[in-house]
Amino acid sequence: MLSVTDLACSRGERPLFRQLSFSLAAGQWLHVTGDNGAGKTTLLRTVVGLAAPEHGSVQWQGQPIRGQREDYHRALCYLGHHAAVKDELTPIENLRTSAALDGHAVDETEARTALKTAGLAGSGRLPTRFLSAGQKRRVLLSRLLLRPATLWVLDEPFAALDTTATEWLGALLVKHLAGGGMALLTSHQPVPLPPGGVVAL
Amino acid sequence: MKALVISLQRDLRLAGRRRSEVMTSLVFFVVVVSLFPLGIGPETQLLQRIAPGVIWVAALLATLLGLPRLFAADHADGTLEQMALSPQPMVLLVAGKVVAHWLLCGLPLVLLAPLLGMQFNLDGSALQVLVLALLLGTPVLSLIGAVGAALTLGVRGGGALLALLLLPLYVPTLVFGAGAVESHAAGLGASAHLSILGALLIVALVFTPWAATAALRIALE
Repeated sequence: MLSVTDLACSRGERPLFRQLSFSLAAGQWLHVTGDNGAGKTTLLRTVVGLAAPEHGSVQWQGQPIRGQREDYHRALCYLGHHAAVKDELTPIENLRTSAALDGHAVDETEARTALKTAGLAGSGRLPTRFLSAGQKRRVLLSRLLLRPATLWVLDEPFAALDTTATEWLGALLVKHLAGGGMALLTSHQPVPLPPGGVVAL
Repeated sequence: MKALVISLQRDLRLAGRRRSEVMTSLVFFVVVVSLFPLGIGPETQLLQRIAPGVIWVAALLATLLGLPRLFAADHADGTLEQMALSPQPMVLLVAGKVVAHWLLCGLPLVLLAPLLGMQFNLDGSALQVLVLALLLGTPVLSLIGAVGAALTLGVRGGGALLALLLLPLYVPTLVFGAGAVESHAAGLGASAHLSILGALLIVALVFTPWAATAALRIALE
């Protein structure tokens, strides 16, 4: 379970949000909403531990995340704004290297199957620079299939995706939640999920 | 240690896909070193005297050339964030990248040095000392350089700042590296200089990966 208590963050001199508290239990998801510049990305980066909060704390399974970095990171999958894929490598190589960096090996068949599920059958051997923005997002999102993580923190996961991919990701999220997973996400598009909690900034 | 190997393999594979970047610093090294004999003319005594200094300064500058790219691409495309969030110790992932940088930008300099040293009329035993000194010294350059590259990550005009920050820190390596060959030529033996270079390497190996990792975490915030 993830809980955020009395969180305050600011960007430069400008305060973004104060006294923000919420919690997320197994099977639940939260939609972070707010205007551009409201601090949605900052909130997600603070929750995953990339940025330090000005005040307040983020706790995972009742313990502050600072003291249990390794366990927390194992349970966490954060996909941010950036595609985090290398243009020089093929999508299969990209998936395999990122999985290896995360500490679990993925073989070529598993990577290929994940890409196929993400709608990228046949482009696995092409250097990623030949793919479109949406296809690169799909490569990134295929990591969700390969990484056994409980907590998904997704920053604008539906950006640049077409309707098929949006539905696919929606179904993937539903399955993840049904299996006891948690998700924290931002999105400007309507989210194809059963209603969850809302964190308004 | 598995994390280190994985990160090393990844960087070597990426370098294999963009070879020109690796070749640039190598060609730079060869060209700069070769300009001196051409400019000074066939004065063997003088060339012999300046050889260690010239080769070492060129090695410093060639190492510096590849450093801004060490973390920049990973920072720009978000891979660095993923590394920071990996369950693996980030310090090992960073160390792997530094080892890759040395294998690509440092080791080739060591291997080319005897060839370039011949242009300066260095004899066989002096070349041996030169190679040994470079073998101990160039990893120090990569290790210290990684801290500088991490500190200047995302700073505008970071390349020039990086040079200003690092060149003073490279002075001890330069002094003892070039000094090794000179002291050998003077008949004093190079073991003292080489021992100090070895000590520098051990200190750098222990501390710089942690420092670079801490600097990267700050850059990501």
